[in-house]
Amino acid sequence: MLRYALRRLVGAIPTLLVLITLAFFMIRVAPGGPFDSEKSLPPEIEANLNEAYHLDEPLWQQYLRYMGNILQGDFGPSFQYREYSVNELIAQGFSVSLTIGGTALLVALLVGCTLGIIAALRQNRPTDYAVMTLAMTGISIPNFVVAPLLILAFAVGLGWFPAGGWEGDSLAKIVLPVIALALPYIAYISRLMRSSMIETLRSNYIRTARAKGMPERVVILRHALKPAFMPVLSFLGPAAAAIITGSVVIEMIFGIPGLGRYFVQGALNRDYTLVMGVVVFYGILIILFNFIVDLLYGALDPKVRYD
Amino acid sequence: MMRMRWSAAILAAVLAAAGLPAAAAELAKEQILHKGNGAEPQTLDPHRAEGVPSSHILRDLYEGLTSSAPNGDLIPGAATHWDISDDGTVYTFHLRPKARWSNGDPVTAEDFVYGLRRSVDPATLSKYSQILSSIRNAEAIIAGDKPPESLGVQALGPHTLQITLKAPTPYLLGLLNHSSAYPVHRASVEEHGERFSRPGNLVSNGAYMLHAQVLQSHVHLKKNPHYWEADDVVIEEVYYHATEDQSSELKRYRAGELHWTNEVPLSQVRWIRENMDEEFRVATYLGTYYYGFNLTQPPFKGNLPLRRALTMAIDREIIVNKVTRLGEQPAYSWVPPGVYNYEAQVPEWASWPWEQRLAEARRLYKEAGYGPDNPLRIELRYNTSENHKKIAVAVAAMLKQNLGVRVNLINEEWKVFLQTRKQKRITQLFRAGWIGDYNDAYTFSELLHSKHGINDSAYNNPAYDALLEQAAVEGDFERRRELLQEAEELMLQDQPIMPIYFYVSKKMVSPRVDGFQTNIMDHHYTKNFRLLAR
Repeated sequence: MLRYALRRLVGAIPTLLVLITLAFFMIRVAPGGPFDSEKSLPPEIEANLNEAYHLDEPLWQQYLRYMGNILQGDFGPSFQYREYSVNELIAQGFSVSLTIGGTALLVALLVGCTLGIIAALRQNRPTDYAVMTLAMTGISIPNFVVAPLLILAFAVGLGWFPAGGWEGDSLAKIVLPVIALALPYIAYISRLMRSSMIETLRSNYIRTARAKGMPERVVILRHALKPAFMPVLSFLGPAAAAIITGSVVIEMIFGIPGLGRYFVQGALNRDYTLVMGVVVFYGILIILFNFIVDLLYGALDPKVRYD
Repeated sequence: MMRMRWSAAILAAVLAAAGLPAAAAELAKEQILHKGNGAEPQTLDPHRAEGVPSSHILRDLYEGLTSSAPNGDLIPGAATHWDISDDGTVYTFHLRPKARWSNGDPVTAEDFVYGLRRSVDPATLSKYSQILSSIRNAEAIIAGDKPPESLGVQALGPHTLQITLKAPTPYLLGLLNHSSAYPVHRASVEEHGERFSRPGNLVSNGAYMLHAQVLQSHVHLKKNPHYWEADDVVIEEVYYHATEDQSSELKRYRAGELHWTNEVPLSQVRWIRENMDEEFRVATYLGTYYYGFNLTQPPFKGNLPLRRALTMAIDREIIVNKVTRLGEQPAYSWVPPGVYNYEAQVPEWASWPWEQRLAEARRLYKEAGYGPDNPLRIELRYNTSENHKKIAVAVAAMLKQNLGVRVNLINEEWKVFLQTRKQKRITQLFRAGWIGDYNDAYTFSELLHSKHGINDSAYNNPAYDALLEQAAVEGDFERRRELLQEAEELMLQDQPIMPIYFYVSKKMVSPRVDGFQTNIMDHHYTKNFRLLAR
């Protein structure tokens, strides 16, 4: 088990190196630079700017410098927010995205699994159809439609929750974004859960359990739930990484200072260090979550062996 | 209940004592203003800041030597009055002895000397310092040829400041209200270095001081108790919210979370007009939306009739009435109307009946060598945006219908677009816009000088350059105005650009915000507002 974990972690290093290298050169290839604007800069100031950010050095030297800094955990200063380091920006943005994304993931998991199980137990009956219609709607209506509708109904119309923003300590501000973010995930998870639950319920050991006269509740919760959960678990790895690193759409619509906005703005402004920082951070998270999911597999499924 | 009424009574008494007009409507108990402010400001360092969002916040935080009134008129700021030498090159400012920084330190002439030197010092990395080039030696300092100490700015006493110019600059007083000319608090800049403008470090001399900032969310200011006019400042706290998405901003306004929006979404203008027209504040803005011709490449190189034909063949009335729909003014010339000491130059054909214009455009098009059998094919390049696209589609349709020109629309992401436009290799007709930095025609005229960095048309007329250079050193107001007007007239004959419309500023302002007035620069100071009770 420990050997497996170590091997996986060491194996992740080349993946990360390739990721950093590709991202580094791709963002540099994009036309336009961080200091281009409608204003034209006096040459002396442009030279000073380039020097301050080492843009006057040859590209390979910049690359080595960047690699050296990353090894020390330093993503460098942001080009766009000159008074902040990329580490600070990621820390700020991630704490917000984690709050919203984590809550949304939890909600999606609870609601999605419950709905999926209910649908599976009432297969091909009105409840099933209702849940699946809801799920299909959740998948097919995009965030940028749902979110404004939620705001119009619950903020502008009823005035129950704020329409956006991130000031104050009140928890009310996270309700609408969490719902908007969780809806498509609820849909995915409930569909996954339903189909794998139906399959599990058809297996021999469930028939045995029922034949022994076990109460249905025990059959479902103790015997069927764990194996039926496996597909959901493998979906959760990348999903968790995606949801907690922030959704730029949700963040824009609700005015939330999350990581997704830094990423998109960084790319648009050619804020090299910020884009790189977020890409590397996101890469690490994906690798980490997939790793955790694989470990959980072993804990849940005795058929999985780590050697 | 009793206590609240007392505090309101006391407030009213204070206001009356402060000389404010007796409030007809009752003031809100909580004087906290929430403004939508567009994109996140990249910095609150006045000398490094660029872009409109940061300038809005900086106006509340800092006070320059001059300031502007709610209607946009120039008024004294940190200086109470000033003397100008007869030749117009030496300005002596007398500062307010009562002026204080937000930590209680007096605001002195030295602070302005330090601030202006810092602003032009190339080590500060300011992108806007060129705006100060009329001050003696500023250009050489920006170019790194002279030390910042050689700047023509001198403290003659604790409250007397002298600014020496290289040539008379009639718009200097307006320039001194730009963030590049704000003073900074020397001790805190030296203590915190680059990070002096972060919350907790920033010491400012304006009506407000920085309380907190959550990047991408909001900047929170509180009233500066040491401000010289603090007794008259009613609003206690201001929030500047980062609102990039205009539809969301409007929803937050409708939900009562914002008292003020930065913009309005074009797609909802009709709805706003029908439902919230009184809160919708539109005003002429100091900016021109235009298309540029690339004069270094065919087909526009050396083909004046063609440029003129295209310029005449688009119906600007339709664009402003059917496409942008905000009450913009159609533009036939370059410097917007309403600019101080300037008379808008309108070409003669602008007043012709449409039929006559169209006939002339067709004649010129033919003269340029094109016709139904040999239609002009051009590329129109714009930066990706829903609004630019709508206008480009309309222009393309008009050119096709009126002249038979085949226009290929190409959109590019902003930074890519800036680069292609600057390189002048593949551009033909391209979108552009310019918002003046100060209320003077020169901020527009200089853009088409052959040496100017953003002259993306590559317009190069020595006579135009000469007129501008003459105007730059002309001390006489009248004469200077004539020179600049003559330059524009000359430029319009060469038609390096196709003006389309003059911008408007547009925002929603809650009826609870008392004291709001529109002005051409769209400059607003929170200290002039009061929040009324519902």
